[in-house]
Amino acid sequence: MQHAHGAETEHDRIREIVVVSGKGGTGKTTLTACLAALAHRKVLADADVDAADLFILLEPTIERRWEFRSGAKATIDKGLCTQCGECAALCRYGAISPQYAIDQIDCEGCGLCARYCPAGAITLEQRVAGEWYLSRTCYGPFVHARLGIGEENSGKLVSVVRHYARVTAEERGYGWIIVDGPPGVGCPVISSITGSSLVLIVTEPTLSGIHDMRRVADLASHFGVPSAVCINKWDLNREVSADIAECCRSRRIPVVGKIPYDRTAMQALVSRRVLVEYDPRCEASIEIRASWERVQALVQGSASGDGE
Amino acid sequence: MIIAVASGKGGTGKTTIATNLAACLDPPVQLIDCDVEEPNAHLFLRPVIRASSEVSLPVPRVDLSKCTFCGECGTFCRFNAIVAIGSQVLTFPELCHGCGGCVRVCPHNAISESSRVLGTVEEGVSGGVQYVGGRLRIGESMSPPLIRAVRSKASSKGAVILDAPPGTSCPMIASVKGVDYCILVTEPTPFGMNDLVLAVEVVRSLGIPHGVVVNRAGWDRGEMEGLCRREGLEVLLTIPDDRTIAEAYSRGEMLVETHPGYRERFLGLYERIRRHVEASCSTRTAQKQSMIG
Repeated sequence: MQHAHGAETEHDRIREIVVVSGKGGTGKTTLTACLAALAHRKVLADADVDAADLFILLEPTIERRWEFRSGAKATIDKGLCTQCGECAALCRYGAISPQYAIDQIDCEGCGLCARYCPAGAITLEQRVAGEWYLSRTCYGPFVHARLGIGEENSGKLVSVVRHYARVTAEERGYGWIIVDGPPGVGCPVISSITGSSLVLIVTEPTLSGIHDMRRVADLASHFGVPSAVCINKWDLNREVSADIAECCRSRRIPVVGKIPYDRTAMQALVSRRVLVEYDPRCEASIEIRASWERVQALVQGSASGDGE
Repeated sequence: MIIAVASGKGGTGKTTIATNLAACLDPPVQLIDCDVEEPNAHLFLRPVIRASSEVSLPVPRVDLSKCTFCGECGTFCRFNAIVAIGSQVLTFPELCHGCGGCVRVCPHNAISESSRVLGTVEEGVSGGVQYVGGRLRIGESMSPPLIRAVRSKASSKGAVILDAPPGTSCPMIASVKGVDYCILVTEPTPFGMNDLVLAVEVVRSLGIPHGVVVNRAGWDRGEMEGLCRREGLEVLLTIPDDRTIAEAYSRGEMLVETHPGYRERFLGLYERIRRHVEASCSTRTAQKQSMIG
């Protein structure tokens, strides 16, 4: 949501598509990589900072890297600690052990223990919680990140990635930002979608797929971001696909694609290739290209709305 | 015994493994769905829900008649959830971590606590399986406290199977921390293998015994096997890539009911894990005894 001050027109000119799914493994990254190959003059971003996979298909060359400093954790200086128990009594996260060691996972970094330690034995230390990168790929600039194992604040790192993707698009005068989003509906997903142009929900015709699509569509509407749906492997279960289409109709969410179950997609993936390049003539590739046309029309405001 | 089912990558089959494993075991057995962002286990187990309760987090409430706008609360709060500006105090409950610090630092006792609903915990029964699941409120970003509330329902008797959320950050850690064993479900794709390595790093750093289930097997040319060998990972179960399994899944059907032979395979999986856990428990007890001795 970093609106450049006094540059509203520039902000509005750039269209940011965020690919999410609710449920994991429905094909977000495969589709995002295809959009990376199909879209012109775009910046790519991976907002799935804790299990980032887009780099595997884009094969980036890192040009710049930055440390992501965020959050803090408390540490106790054993030499000063008098074992009075004040910190453990105050800590609501149960992060202080009976031996006066701070559990680095449970500590939320609130600083209450440090503030009230009568011996002044506790300090808070800022952490390097990850790294983020600007890379060059044959598809265009790519902003991505890696959150340290088990770290918090993935939402903040997502905001950093998205902000820098936008800065890069502005600098280069590009019109599109394509973001590979994380699964779920929590912190990193909220950071990924707020203020974007379109949330593209990739779902699959399974009971979990439709259940999770509903929740992430609710999230998008909660934050006032328009959404569209792409049904991957739509012919795996035509009944559930019909339910998804009906659900979208009742919510006025356009269905922009129905990608068939195509084993070529798996072959492309195990070959580490982008599907629409690996086999441009396979059924899935043909439908993905058509879906991208519909997404563009939708975002540029010239679509009738139902996308069919 | 608590067994978590996790993965780095989403959609590899965590819920399939967790629900089928739970359904095979003799009672008492409990299935806890810790994927509070996108809970799916109930779609397969279809439990009868017996109890439902809200989980909330304490957030500040300011009594303006006592407040002097000194700003102590805002200076203390590291999450920017409360700030005094001029003659106003603004609170941002969605940023609050519920530490209670502002209440404590306020020199005028002007701050008390109300609550912010994080989501709900549901408990129910599905055949012989006790079901517990959490559901994050849409718009809420903080899932770990809700996950901990769900986990607090874990039974001390019998087998507890825990369906974890994908990823390797705080929600996954909150789900698997302190369990007896972690099953890591993966698939033989570059994404599956990349994320498996990340998940292994997490469970190793937490000291949790673990093994791998390879789902949708048959696509690679031995890369997954090579990875597991290099990393010293035990492959507990391999499920082939099979469209009929995917179709049964799409209808919310249980693999152990639709595909013959899987009940025995899941029971075998459980047996292997049980022996592991017992062996590592007795090693630990022996270590303790030798330390005492």
